[in-house]
Amino acid sequence: MMIQQQVVDAEYMLLQAEREKTFITGSEAVAEAVKRANVDMAVAYPITPQSESMHLIGELYAKGYLKDYYRGENEFAVMASIHGASLGGGRVFTATSGPGTLRAMEMFPVWAGSRQPIVCAFMCRGVSLPPSIQPENIEMSMLLDTGMLMFHAETAQDFFDMILKAYVIAEQPEVHLPVGVFADGFLVTHTRDQVKLPPENLKLPAYDPGCAPVPVFDMETPPMRITRDPLLNKSNFISYAANASWHQEILAAADRARKHIDRYLGGLLEVVNPNAKIFIVASGTAVSQSREALRHLEKEGIEAGLIKIKSIRPFPESELVKATANADLIVVPEFNAGGWLAREIKAVLDHNSRVVSGPRVFGGMTLPPELIAKEIKQRLYGGVNHVE
Amino acid sequence: MKKDIFQISPGFEDIMPAEYRDLIDNGPFEKNVGVSDLGSFKELLEEHPLCAGCGLALSLRLILASLPNPEDTIIVGSTGCSALAFPQVALHNIHSLFGNQNAVASGLKRALTLRFPDKVKDVVVIAGDGATADIGLDMVLQSWFRQENITTIMLDNEAYANTGGQESGMSPMGTVLNMAPKGKKFPKVSVPELARESGCAYVATVTPAQPKKLGKAVVRGILAARELGPSYIQVFAPCPTNYKFKPNETISKIKLREKEGTYETKEYITAEAQELFARLEEGKK
Repeated sequence: MMIQQQVVDAEYMLLQAEREKTFITGSEAVAEAVKRANVDMAVAYPITPQSESMHLIGELYAKGYLKDYYRGENEFAVMASIHGASLGGGRVFTATSGPGTLRAMEMFPVWAGSRQPIVCAFMCRGVSLPPSIQPENIEMSMLLDTGMLMFHAETAQDFFDMILKAYVIAEQPEVHLPVGVFADGFLVTHTRDQVKLPPENLKLPAYDPGCAPVPVFDMETPPMRITRDPLLNKSNFISYAANASWHQEILAAADRARKHIDRYLGGLLEVVNPNAKIFIVASGTAVSQSREALRHLEKEGIEAGLIKIKSIRPFPESELVKATANADLIVVPEFNAGGWLAREIKAVLDHNSRVVSGPRVFGGMTLPPELIAKEIKQRLYGGVNHVE
Repeated sequence: MKKDIFQISPGFEDIMPAEYRDLIDNGPFEKNVGVSDLGSFKELLEEHPLCAGCGLALSLRLILASLPNPEDTIIVGSTGCSALAFPQVALHNIHSLFGNQNAVASGLKRALTLRFPDKVKDVVVIAGDGATADIGLDMVLQSWFRQENITTIMLDNEAYANTGGQESGMSPMGTVLNMAPKGKKFPKVSVPELARESGCAYVATVTPAQPKKLGKAVVRGILAARELGPSYIQVFAPCPTNYKFKPNETISKIKLREKEGTYETKEYITAEAQELFARLEEGKK
């Protein structure tokens, strides 16, 4: 038996409904979002390494919040099953992380290429480079050009909001793309935090596959001959042009998501202390550590600002240029060895020698606020005198 | 499917291609036709780019003609020669990636069951031997373990034919092919036995040399998947291009292999499936 919930429109659910304070883990926040998202079906895989979120979604299924749920055989198969269910017109959810993300890699561009509004949570963990199961978000850099929209949560509250809002953004007919919602594993998923939730007896309206820009595969929707293979099979200019224009349309759809991200997430980025000359630019839990770093710096009389990037794809190019127009120094702390966020930022800004790629931690190391503050002080006063 | 969804809008009849008009007027939808009726209705496969004498193309025509419910059948394919023909098939068909067909079909069948609880939607996987027995074997087996209500059909041409004739798990032992320069070192994978042991309600190996038997197996496989659980049909579809015989020898090659005993046609039917077929086939008479 399905549980009875009241359907409310997205505006009410996301922006107006009264919220109640709870104290829950990031994994529980994922389940709370799925509970209210009117999801038809979820597929789970146990070890990626992951979190308990997909168990909790199994419990939601047992209680009647979802219509179908099962344990798949590996992440590639799970992402393929989710793809099949979405092609059949269902609203779907799954989650993965680290090595599991890489195992499933071949499927992510297929989701985007098939214009599917799939929502997947990524509890970012290290990959086997060398082996690690600790928090790290290197996998995000590997997903930057898969065509997915990518949101990066700072807190459990963000994780809840971004997952629920991802469905509304993804299913806009002019967008209709998959959304990856990322959180730094352990730090968000396994810790408790205050999360404000709308009532649990409310849910979003059901997905209407009739609003999709591509036909659903159910033999109820014309035309009868639909396949992406003409884009692939024929070696002639028309096929190449069809493929290229389809590809461009996916990028354009991601661009069209910007106004919906502005509306529901309150912008692709957020700025603290916009008049500062020194900025920390970060995403995920590095933002929380940077907030602490600002306090350390303030105590020492150094005025700095903070830019939190919420949407990695689409990337807030113009917003970032504007926010850093008067900045002399831009420090980018990250939870990965590659420094992908700094590369993204350097590619967008003029005078990108202002951008310091670091500090970076990985392999399970923490990112103390002191480390971020020290990076700034070293740039301001020179390294030798400011080694603490 | 409601038939009006593919009807031509009034006033556009004269600009629609002749083969589409033919499909509307003489297609197999809602007609209960089978392989014996070939020639009397418009087939779902509109031409195809496969080689002359292709056993796979012939088998695909026979399979499509045998579908008991084409108006509500969705096919999941995979990478390979058959993927070249599917764009020409007038049914919703999905080609996702190489090897993931049974995982895609699992999700698709479940979503269609949720969306159309009062209707039969047949999900049929049609993929090659490389896709089924090699790269996708884990997902094929797992869909059977999970008792998914889907039919899996392997078009067995005993090689990776689309990529230039490499050895597959289904190539006979000793065959010299690309990537088996000294001949294949192990025998054909026994997928029918794997299917039987993995919980398929109905398993058959058939060939296009016996079209009626092939047609009957397709119908039984789909009925079993609807009512009981997974089913598997393996169709021998020899490849003249890579096995280097003349296009007009395809059927005689099949008959030769059967005579030699190196390609057996057989059926495994569970007791429940036996009962189901007796009930349904009796009801038809």
